[in-house]
Amino acid sequence: MHELALMQGVMETVKESAAANSISKVSKVRLVVGKLSMALPDSMQFAFEVISTDEELFRSAVLEIEEKEVVCSCQQCQQLFTQQEQYIFVCSGCGSNQVDIIQGRELYLDYYEGE
Amino acid sequence: MVKVRLEHNILGANELLARKNRNIFSTQDLLVINLMSSPGSGKTTILEKTIDSLNGKLKLGVIEGDLYTDQDAQRIEKKGVRVVQINTEGACHLDAGMVDKAFQELPGDNLDLLFIENVGNLVCPAEFDLGEDLKAVVISTTEGNDKVTKYPLIFREAGVIVLNKIDLLPYTDFSLERFREDLAQINPLAPVFLVSGRTGEGISEWNEWLLREVSAKRA
Repeated sequence: MHELALMQGVMETVKESAAANSISKVSKVRLVVGKLSMALPDSMQFAFEVISTDEELFRSAVLEIEEKEVVCSCQQCQQLFTQQEQYIFVCSGCGSNQVDIIQGRELYLDYYEGE
Repeated sequence: MVKVRLEHNILGANELLARKNRNIFSTQDLLVINLMSSPGSGKTTILEKTIDSLNGKLKLGVIEGDLYTDQDAQRIEKKGVRVVQINTEGACHLDAGMVDKAFQELPGDNLDLLFIENVGNLVCPAEFDLGEDLKAVVISTTEGNDKVTKYPLIFREAGVIVLNKIDLLPYTDFSLERFREDLAQINPLAPVFLVSGRTGEGISEWNEWLLREVSAKRA
């Protein structure tokens, strides 16, 4: 729901970094978004397109989003297990409910490319 | 072509401010609860009943978050509790910066317990750390059983879960058994309180738990 605001933040960060690195044209921005994050990739993409048309720096830029599956680690038997569609935070190996979410909550700006 | 690797946490600015809030709350031995739910689950009514039932046993403060209006803050103020209203004017969640500012405006000090009533929304508030000790998620029997599995992050993040409108249970298809089964798979550790904001049922158990948590924070 707040993807536009998040994307504005992302583009501000890239803009500052581009200025510091004398980059005048960004060709790619890459984000990593965990599936348990509340940011929806489609909405992020839409927000990116809306903002990038107004900014010379981003005019020919594409947004690439890597989605991360939700991976849990069992505190009891250390087994790693992946979660899809329905989230069940119970170890599929030993049935323990003491599990840590070790992947799937990411929300970061990985890198950008430009010249 | 240059590749600039940033590995920049998009929520990093919020997390920095949340840490700052957490430090301030800790130095004051103040227990802070971030109260979250869908719109209309009864967060404000539960707060009203909690204030009545605690009957001055704790020094309370409330930060009210809403898109618009100060109706909730007025309801809390009538109970004689210090309250600050945040209007997000369209934003779907509170963030740590808003809470920082509101807390500075909250009159007086030496509070025991601060409730931050978030914007009614089960999606976005889950992701924004405000610096609280605990996230309390309220769900009501009239919302249906599917909410726990449809919004796993907020229920996973919850330190405590309150099922409201328990007085309406006989008139809904809400299954307590299924509710407990779903929670066992998503968040087996959070205590669950069954309450009615309308009749006051279950509020005293919830308050006893709050008193214990406040003592634990001070210890």
